[in-house]
Amino acid sequence: MTEKVLMKGNEAMAEAAMRAGCRFFFGYPITPQTELAAYMARQMPKRDGVYLQAESEVAAINMVYGAAAAGARAMTSSSSPGISLKTEGISYMAGADLPGVIINVQRGGPGLGSIQPSQSDYFQATRAMGHGDFYMPVYAPSTVQEMADLVYEAFDVADKYRTPVVILADGMLGQMMEPVILPEAIDPADLPEKDWATNGHAGKRKHNVVNSLFLDAQANEDKNIERFKTYEMIKRDEQRVETYRTEDADICIVAFGACARIARSAVNEAREQGIKAGLIRPITLWPYPYRAIEQCPAKAFLTVEMNMGQMIEDVRLAVGNSVPVEFFGRTGGVIPTPDEVLAQLRALNEKVGE
Amino acid sequence: MSDTRMILAGFGGQGVLFAGKVIAYAGLIENKQLSWLPSYGPEMRGGTANCSVTLSDEPIGSPLVTTPDVLVVMNQPSYDRFINDVAPGGVVIVDSGLVQDLADREDVTTYAIPATSLSEDADLSGLANIVLVGKLWDAIGFCDRETLDAAIDKSVPARKAALVEKNKSAIELGIAS
Amino acid sequence: MSDMTDTLVADKAFETDGMQVVFERPDALLPVVTNYCPGCSHGVVQRLVAETIDELGVEGTTVGVAPVGCSVMSYDFFGCDMIEASHGRAPAVATAVKRVLPDGVVFAYQGDGDLASIGMAETIHAATRGENITVIFINNAIYGMTGGQMAPTSLPTQVTQTSPYGREPQTAGYPIRVCELLSTLDGVAYLERVTVDSPKNIRKAKKAIKRAFENQINGVGYSLVEVVASCPTNWGMDASEAYDWLRENMLPYYPLGVYKDVVAEGFENAAEAAFARAKECPMVNSQMKGGE
Repeated sequence: MTEKVLMKGNEAMAEAAMRAGCRFFFGYPITPQTELAAYMARQMPKRDGVYLQAESEVAAINMVYGAAAAGARAMTSSSSPGISLKTEGISYMAGADLPGVIINVQRGGPGLGSIQPSQSDYFQATRAMGHGDFYMPVYAPSTVQEMADLVYEAFDVADKYRTPVVILADGMLGQMMEPVILPEAIDPADLPEKDWATNGHAGKRKHNVVNSLFLDAQANEDKNIERFKTYEMIKRDEQRVETYRTEDADICIVAFGACARIARSAVNEAREQGIKAGLIRPITLWPYPYRAIEQCPAKAFLTVEMNMGQMIEDVRLAVGNSVPVEFFGRTGGVIPTPDEVLAQLRALNEKVGE
Repeated sequence: MSDTRMILAGFGGQGVLFAGKVIAYAGLIENKQLSWLPSYGPEMRGGTANCSVTLSDEPIGSPLVTTPDVLVVMNQPSYDRFINDVAPGGVVIVDSGLVQDLADREDVTTYAIPATSLSEDADLSGLANIVLVGKLWDAIGFCDRETLDAAIDKSVPARKAALVEKNKSAIELGIAS
Repeated sequence: MSDMTDTLVADKAFETDGMQVVFERPDALLPVVTNYCPGCSHGVVQRLVAETIDELGVEGTTVGVAPVGCSVMSYDFFGCDMIEASHGRAPAVATAVKRVLPDGVVFAYQGDGDLASIGMAETIHAATRGENITVIFINNAIYGMTGGQMAPTSLPTQVTQTSPYGREPQTAGYPIRVCELLSTLDGVAYLERVTVDSPKNIRKAKKAIKRAFENQINGVGYSLVEVVASCPTNWGMDASEAYDWLRENMLPYYPLGVYKDVVAEGFENAAEAAFARAKECPMVNSQMKGGE
């Protein structure tokens, strides 16, 4: 039994990445993810790993591209404005089928925005992380324990499907400390060989090429169709969701990450007041757990987000026009309170009861 | 006590985040649910700093404390900012040398001790924050007494190990005052 | 592509039948047809790189990084493992590959737009970090693949698609001299500017490229060879006119020669040379001497 330790979310994600066998971290300073990079800078040299502070976010993600091409488990982390800069490299990783982990400790936007927590990069992460036809798995942890667990797992998912994987956290989760049991450390030498990696053919095979360029449009289409078959497998096998008190719920909140914690408090309080509230917490934002929402018997849904209403579009896709879907959110780095969410639940309950 | 929600606030550099960390470690040692959330940003030195700490028997929802059961405060601006948020029946611990203008809240229990001057007199300069943690423990007993010393052991970084005993003395001083 | 490969291989076998081989395709160059225009320098330079890889016997441990530009497809031409990087990022990609494979040989092959415009930050910082990699830089003063636009190395008054009245230094500035710029950086071990306009200069270029690879193998440090190259198609000339134009206009602006060579200065490697320059600073200590 491993010991329970107290760690910041940012530090737990860094430690979990190293325990997953990641020895190559490329970053650039930005608040509120700085502790992650600082932890890597302290720890990587002690574990024969590389911490490299790149000249820019653009360079950092392209270093992840290079290290992944050479067969290593590699990662980068940043916060919203920096993630925008990384989207070029992420698109190339998707196009070249390279695994890697990208952590976004979100802050308010657009532009420089604020340095306080936000979830306003939902569209970017799930729909438009760079140009071209592609998706990638997006995990939304809501506790420090889950931050460690999902980062650890993300490396396996990335390698299994040869895709970049995003961890969508936020400034609150990154900065807070909670008890965490860290996953078992993997020796990178024990990880399976990647026969596609560009690590020197040693005269034993034809040369490997890591590439996203197809001058022939048909070849590009064929490759995209093949990649979307992989996406279908990911949709089938990797959807993750938590449901809480939904069996008899009249009103169901849908919230992810830090917002789901706040929503959970509001649901408990609402139940005490006799309102049948429940919570669906998507853990994967792509693939989105549409089925769990479709199957929920609630008469109305309320999405709670730290943005102006982004995930609500996926909830609407799941339930169509059958029941009302309402939105409550705070933006720019303002954190909603359980009382605010409770007030929304009560109002919606009255509306549905009429 | 199933759920204790605390705010510790003061100027950057007074050690309110560290004081919160000691309380969080006490929760860890006693296998409680807990969260510790700092204010962060460009207010690290000189500006105000605060942290939210929650100890609970249930999974913790929002780690951001908005209606604290406990307020530990080391400057007037932070006192003014948070005093009206304290839940009725709550406990307020203030450094009376730094917070002199107390609000008229009869529904909370206020313990005002001159933690900064007490610590200086006892050759424990810079540990007023821990003196206040001792006072808070005396007031609400958020953990076992031995746990508090163990929490100090865990909170003080290895490179400052020499300060462990001083921190424990500061706890004693707070309890006694 | 594979049919063509078979034909070329068969031709090669036929040629050797009863005759003496005096000139062959290097093993590190795959038997494929390149996309380069007649008279373009890329083919010559890539052959020199491939010869070097053969002579050093490192094809099995070499990873090349191709740029965006005319040589984008070179991942299909070299026999070693190859990575296609996004525009300008080859030094960042090569940095990471070298960190993962410290015993491997890593080279980036880049043009002037890729290296000196969009990728200048990556270039300068890979050089500053003293990454022990080899960079082959093709400077032909134009964006070739996109059809002849102004490059950071286009000459004053040079007419291109995007400088139709000639490059105006008042608004576009003067071209960047990459070797001169990088020579001020302490992380750099070796810089040489060469050209491939004549057999004599091709031999010199080969020597420089080989040095740049040997430096990496010997742990000397970041080495870059700039090749002043021709682009007859986008310059609107035939191959011979293009080399005349290059000699007449480019070489005066981009003088050939060695711009930095820490070994010739008497140092073991770039780190030792950098230490000698920086040692007056009290923050610099003797443990920093000597690199790896």
